[in-house]
Amino acid sequence: MQLGFLVDLHLCMGCKGCEIACKVENEVPLSTWRLRVKYVDVGTFPETKRTFTPLRCNHCENAPCERICPVSALHYLENGIVNIDKERCIGCAGCVMACPYGAIYIDPQTQTADKCTYCAHRVASSMMPACVVACPVQANIFGDLDDPTSNISKYISHNQGNVQVRKPEKGTNPHHYYVNGGNVTLNPLASQREEGHSLFTKITTLPVGGHH
Amino acid sequence: MAAHEILAATNAVVTLDVAIPGIVWPWLVTVNMWAKSIGTGVIFMLFLLIRKYPDQVEKLRFPTTVVSIIFIHIFLLFTLADLHQPFRMWHIFFYPHLNSAITVGAWMATAFVGLLFLLAFLSFIKKDNAAFDKTLTWVTILAIPVTLYTAGLMSQCTARELWQMPTESAQMIFAALLSGSAFMILMSGSKLNYEAKKTLGVVLGLSAFMSFTLYMSEYIFGPMKAEEVAAVLEYIKGDGPYTVMFWLGQWIAYLLPMVLILLSRVSKSENILKLAAILALAGLWLVKHVWLMIPQLLPMS
Repeated sequence: MQLGFLVDLHLCMGCKGCEIACKVENEVPLSTWRLRVKYVDVGTFPETKRTFTPLRCNHCENAPCERICPVSALHYLENGIVNIDKERCIGCAGCVMACPYGAIYIDPQTQTADKCTYCAHRVASSMMPACVVACPVQANIFGDLDDPTSNISKYISHNQGNVQVRKPEKGTNPHHYYVNGGNVTLNPLASQREEGHSLFTKITTLPVGGHH
Repeated sequence: MAAHEILAATNAVVTLDVAIPGIVWPWLVTVNMWAKSIGTGVIFMLFLLIRKYPDQVEKLRFPTTVVSIIFIHIFLLFTLADLHQPFRMWHIFFYPHLNSAITVGAWMATAFVGLLFLLAFLSFIKKDNAAFDKTLTWVTILAIPVTLYTAGLMSQCTARELWQMPTESAQMIFAALLSGSAFMILMSGSKLNYEAKKTLGVVLGLSAFMSFTLYMSEYIFGPMKAEEVAAVLEYIKGDGPYTVMFWLGQWIAYLLPMVLILLSRVSKSENILKLAAILALAGLWLVKHVWLMIPQLLPMS
C-alpha cells in the first residue's frame, strides 16, 4: 500500500475548510500550520485571476526530512506515510531545513518538529484525513496509489498529462499530486511575496519554535 | 495603493498566506561552525609543525590540545543550545539514524573529544612526546571528517540549493586551515621562530585565497545553474539585506589578510602577521554567518 494525495486546483475555491479541519483535528497550535491554502493573484485589473493552492507535507518516497533526522523521529509507516514521533524528536530543526516544501515547523508548545501526517491516526481507524472530509467540493482526493481501482489512481489516470508534483527536480518523488496546477501555483519563486502585505495581516514571518 | 496592484499582467503576487517561518538556524549555528573550525584547525597546524619544525613544538603540544578542547566544547555547547529539546540529546546515541550527517557527526565529535583528552593526558601527565605524536596522527585523521560533517549536513538540506557538495566540503577544510593557522600564529608567541610563523602565514594566505575564489565562483556562476541559487544570491547583491555583511566578511577574512601576509613577508613583521590572523578569525564568523542566513530567507512554498 502506498497512500497518496491529489488536489484538483480547478475545483479548489480557497474556502480554507481543510485548513481549519486540520487545525481542529490535530490541535495545531496558534501561529503554525500543517496544511494551508495560499492565494496568489495574477494579472492586472480587470484581467485578474486568483489561484488557491493547498500546501501540506508531500510524504516523499525519498524524503529529505527522514534522511536528515538524527534519531529517526521522522520515519516511514508501512502505508507510505512519513510519520513523526514527537517523543523522540530532539528539536534540531534539520528536517525544517531539509524539506524543500516548507512543510515542517517547530511546534511552539512541545518544541519538537511537526507536520502533516495525512492524519495517520484516522487512517489507522479506516477514516479519511480530516481535510478530505471537510472539503465541500471534493478537491482533495486521498487513497492507495498502488491500487488501480482507488479514486486517486483513477483520477491520475483520467488526467494524464495534467498531473504535477512540486519541485520534481529535487528527486524527492512526492506522493502528493496536483491536477490543473501551474508554475504560479506550484513554484514559490514564480510569485512575488510583498514584505508586510497580505489581505488580513501584516505579519509575514514568525520566530521558529515561538521564540527568537 | 498596494504594490501588487501596479504589477504587469504577467506577474503574480501572494495575496494571502500564513506567516512563514523566520530564521531556523540562527547565529548559534554560526558560532558552532566557527568554533569547530578553530578546534580542528589547530590540530591540523600542530600536525604540520611537528612534521616540519619538530624542534619548535616542544611547548606547543599541551597548549594546542587545550585550545582544541576549549573550542570543540564551545562548538558542542552551541550545538546543544540550538536544540529545541537539548535534554534529549542522548537520543542521538540510543536511537541513532546513521543516514543522518548529524548522527555521524555527533558520534565522530564525541570520539574526537575523547582523543583530545587522551592527548592532554599524554602531554601533561605522562609527558610522553612519542606517544603524543603517534596519537596525534590518528586525531588529525579524525579531525578531517569532523571538519567535513557539517558540509554533509548542509548538503543533506535538499531545500537549500546554495549549500552544495563538494563546495561546502572545500569551504569547511579551508576555514579550518585558515582559522587553525591564524590561531596558532596568535597563540605561539615566542614558542615558534619566524620561519615557522612564515609557514603558518603561507597556510593562512593560501586558505584565504582558495576560500575567496570559491565564494566568488559561487557568486558569479551559481546563478547560472539554478534559479534558487540566483534568488538566494540576490540577498547579497545590490541593496540586499546581507550585501554589506557579505563584502565586509570577504574583505576582513580573506582579502586584507592576503595583503597583510604579503606585507609581513616583505617587512618581516610578526605584528602584521598577527593582525592578519586576528582579521581572518573575525572575518570568518561574518562569512559563515552570511552563508548560513541567506538560504533561509527564501520562501520554500
